[in-house]
Amino acid sequence: MAQAASEEKLLDALRAGDEEAFRMLVRDYQPSLVRVARMYVSNQTAAEEVAAETWLAVLNGLDRFEGRSSLRTWIFRILTNIAKTRAVRDGRTLPFSALAPSRVPEAAVDADRFLDPEHPRWPGHWAVKPEAWPEDALLAGETRNKLAEAIGALPATQRAVISLRDIEGWSSEEVRNALDLSETNQRVLLHRARSKVRAALEDYLKEAGT
Amino acid sequence: MNEQVEQLSCQELVELVTDYLEGALSEEERLRFEDHIGRCGACTIYLEQMRQTITLLGHLPRESLTPDAERELLEAFRGWRSA
Repeated sequence: MAQAASEEKLLDALRAGDEEAFRMLVRDYQPSLVRVARMYVSNQTAAEEVAAETWLAVLNGLDRFEGRSSLRTWIFRILTNIAKTRAVRDGRTLPFSALAPSRVPEAAVDADRFLDPEHPRWPGHWAVKPEAWPEDALLAGETRNKLAEAIGALPATQRAVISLRDIEGWSSEEVRNALDLSETNQRVLLHRARSKVRAALEDYLKEAGT
Repeated sequence: MNEQVEQLSCQELVELVTDYLEGALSEEERLRFEDHIGRCGACTIYLEQMRQTITLLGHLPRESLTPDAERELLEAFRGWRSA
């Protein structure tokens, strides 16, 4: 309720041409918009252009926005449409669903960390077990840099999902609506992304500990 | 190895962690998951590491807008307003 009321206020301010209201909105969403656009277009500049075009479309559509979805969902739907159009124009062939996780399976943990699935006594058990992470190393600034690095190394779709869910704190429903993803696909992308980030952290902390 | 309900291996468990944390497992799958965790120290550590990863991500600073990008967008806004 409170959210709907403040959204209504924000919309009134935007329609009235209130620059401060627009600045707040842009600060809130621009980085995420660019990240999501990056799932469709091939480079950062194109993604920024798509985001800029989205803002204009949002402003021009304000009077038509009826509040049937949240403002955020509406903005991201506009972005998605513009990004798809741009991708086609740039001659990028998008797969049937650009956002579906690739069907090539990705293991959360390298297979060589486990014993053979046919092992007579311990099939599929850990061969190289994970070790508890030292609390103080986790809180160090350098660990934070490694995390950011690991996120940056992810494929664009996984990066967008994990950023919105775990850094920006969106719910799974909000991410599904904004990116038009099925529940399963959202979860698979999140799983792959989180598993890789955990693995990167493990590698780093092992090195740091020796 | 002749139990009626096939037990999860560690390798299978690590693929279910997100489904577990998202509450997406069926009741039966959840029980199998928790049964394994209850008996396996290494998987307990693994699950804890996934939780720690998520917590750390939640404390990362949100990416912020560069002043240049903000200026450009505000200019576009003024253009829209005066149109």
